[in-house]
Amino acid sequence: MSKDIRIKKGLNINLVGAAEQTTSKAVSSNVYALNLDDFHGITPKMLVKEGAELKAGEPIFYNKNIEEMLFVSPVSGELVEIVRGARRRILTLKILADKEQSYQDAKTIDLEKADADLVRKTLLQSGCWPFIKQRPYDIVANPDATPKAIFVSAHATAPLAADVEYVLNGKEVELQAAITALGKMTPGKIHVSVGNTGSSVFSTIDGVTLHKVSGPHPSGLVGTQINKIDPINKGETVWTVSPQDLVIIGEFLLTGKFNAERTIALAGSSVKSPKYYTTKIGTEISTFLYASGVTEDKFRLINGDVLTGAITHPEGYLGFYNNTVTAIPEGDDYEFFGWNKPVFNKISSTRALTFSWLSKNKKYDLDTNTNGEHRAFVVTGRYEEVFPLDIYPLQLLKACMVKDLDEMEQLGLYEVAPEDFSLTEFICISKQPHQQIIREGLDLMYQEIG
Amino acid sequence: MKEKLHQLKLKYQGKKMAPAFNAIHTFLYSPNETTHSGSHIRAVDDLKRTMNTVIMALVPCLLFGIFNAGYQHYSAINGFPENFSVLEHFITWDNFWIGAITVLPLVIVSYGVGLAIEFVFAVIKGHEVEEGYLVTGMLVPLIVPVDTPLWMLAVAVAFGVVIGKEVFGGTGMNILNPALTIRAFLFFAYPTWMSGDKVWVHEAVERAGTADAISGETILGYLAQGNTADMTEKYDIAEMFFGFIPGSVGETSTFLILLGGLFLIFTKIASWRIMVSAVIGSLVMGLIFNGIVDAEWIPEYSKFYGLMQFDFWQHLIVGGLAFGIVYMATDPVTGSQTYKGKWIYGFLIGFLSVMIRVFNPGYPEGVFLAILLMNVFAPTIDHYVVQGNVRRRMKRLKNATILPKPSDGKTEQLKVETV
Repeated sequence: MSKDIRIKKGLNINLVGAAEQTTSKAVSSNVYALNLDDFHGITPKMLVKEGAELKAGEPIFYNKNIEEMLFVSPVSGELVEIVRGARRRILTLKILADKEQSYQDAKTIDLEKADADLVRKTLLQSGCWPFIKQRPYDIVANPDATPKAIFVSAHATAPLAADVEYVLNGKEVELQAAITALGKMTPGKIHVSVGNTGSSVFSTIDGVTLHKVSGPHPSGLVGTQINKIDPINKGETVWTVSPQDLVIIGEFLLTGKFNAERTIALAGSSVKSPKYYTTKIGTEISTFLYASGVTEDKFRLINGDVLTGAITHPEGYLGFYNNTVTAIPEGDDYEFFGWNKPVFNKISSTRALTFSWLSKNKKYDLDTNTNGEHRAFVVTGRYEEVFPLDIYPLQLLKACMVKDLDEMEQLGLYEVAPEDFSLTEFICISKQPHQQIIREGLDLMYQEIG
Repeated sequence: MKEKLHQLKLKYQGKKMAPAFNAIHTFLYSPNETTHSGSHIRAVDDLKRTMNTVIMALVPCLLFGIFNAGYQHYSAINGFPENFSVLEHFITWDNFWIGAITVLPLVIVSYGVGLAIEFVFAVIKGHEVEEGYLVTGMLVPLIVPVDTPLWMLAVAVAFGVVIGKEVFGGTGMNILNPALTIRAFLFFAYPTWMSGDKVWVHEAVERAGTADAISGETILGYLAQGNTADMTEKYDIAEMFFGFIPGSVGETSTFLILLGGLFLIFTKIASWRIMVSAVIGSLVMGLIFNGIVDAEWIPEYSKFYGLMQFDFWQHLIVGGLAFGIVYMATDPVTGSQTYKGKWIYGFLIGFLSVMIRVFNPGYPEGVFLAILLMNVFAPTIDHYVVQGNVRRRMKRLKNATILPKPSDGKTEQLKVETV
């Protein structure tokens, strides 16, 4: 039984620089890298030493706490550098790619006959497992849990995010394989949410419960959809997978090869010709950034979308989960009487001499300026207007700040991920770092209650 | 200029006086801070813009208060003009002059003392100067009688800012509305200056007992003395609504307050929920009192009779009720934070304001006491509203599908740590 989801609370942030729907193949990068920050909460244990020759799909490290969980190399080549930070924490693993790519071949399994244990084992060993994330805590899924349902959001509403239907075009076979396999691991349903316009690649896929989603951002965030379809209770687990990662999982299940290829959107107002590129996880971003060209010297490069991504730079590497790279202008400049003069060129959630409410479809060129200083929480009732979950956002943030575990639990911290607070962070008048507050709250809770 | 200030900012960074410098710097230029994580873009609204919008909504009340100070002064001496016309009798240089020498010093003292304390606290505690006082400093001169001695105001402001706000940690942390804390301090410390029929008109106190004695009491004061005569003999409804009546500096013109309220609602800065529910609350209480009078449960000689028989809706256009509802009940820090909470909070403010107004023996006004009381109860209201959400979650929990782990059922194997 599918359930349509209509979201009323929210805010669409229209920015200039949306990726044009043409895809080019990015030049292959010399060096690929895995950024360990992408795997939140994982303590890596290396399986190979610096200098080791690796095939694509060959394990590099495992999760110290769950030893079956392997992480593999996206390309074949030599592990040239293990970049370490404070207290020898591993930050980045750099792999010098071979000219000719070779893949580690795994035995394919018979998807129809395989049981949950076999699927789990296969995905854990293949390096596909980290694509599956879990809630509560928004971390890589714990294989020793049975999810009550699996959620896939095939509807991107974040500003400038890659169009999911476009990048999934022609991947039905892989998607079907991945969905069949994942379906074995839950007694519940696999909920897939799609936009309510046009047809979706998922409409032909068996084994999913399709939901049509409409309304402003954050209707495309999986957290919103979980809350509206089947909210998480204490003690329950749900898994979330992004549709492009399903393709990699599916291809592995069908061919036995870990193919880290994906189509990503390069977007943002600092990009000359924003469009889509086919490339691989871990590629150096400069391999496609300069193919499109940049319009200014000082820009902010973001691994991900503007609301949730991580700061990177042209020599940085494409994140493990990202299918969007955004470049927007840096805003490190002063503005004369910026706090009281009428504003026409920036988005506002109020009408206090701000005029973005007049033209809802106008596209804005926003920079990274905070537009004000950090303050204590003062204004109330604003977050609720862009926060469709059945949760009190301000109260939950405050509970996280004072580290009150009971209250965090009661107010629904199990149900949220930092990204769910990206819009409240965007409109926050006190310029509080909402996503960081929620992340720290989740980490504390995982540590104390886990 | 921009470059010079930037160099100065770098020079002052980490120094003790940095917050003071930054306060002035960010007043001139919005800062060059950029995002670092999370949302890389931010909406344009900040606290300065928010507070500035409230101040803009207050300016008409201040201007009206300035002219009204003069108008009430001259009317008390010469009698109210026949065939009143706004341009001829109200907006005049004479009225403006009286207002300028009485009201503007109140504004200057309020801002001077309050901001000085804010700066000192910011420097001592090493945080930025917060914008909260920009609104408080404007509210204070508007809610005191016109002839309030300046030293008295200075003492009250110092008390209100330190005890009402800074001891809790500054803007955003306070429990009581600072402006009302200041008003309450004045009321309890210097009651003779805050009520009676002498304080509402400029020079009335000085002239008391002389041949030139003048007075002007508020409508509420008139009613509280048991005068049941029709108010229209004294002031007609239009005068009350537009505000040509004695009262605290900025509270008299319900018309301008209404415009300010609509502006605040339109800009989404203040909560319409609180305003609407407070109006409903006061009307309900007014109706109850009218009902008691109609049912003849209260004798005419009762000292509450005068205020009780006052038409229920007229409560809104006299005294400080409208001003309190629009500008002070809606203070987001001290009010309820949840939507449902705002409805309850606002309703009770309106309800209690009229109740206290009628039953207060010493001083026929209740809005500031009602708001302060509800400030104290706002967290309690929110607690129960939020509990509703928690209970819903608990109820859902009963149907939770907690599934067995894959490892359950298998014999637990001891995992040996390998490196």
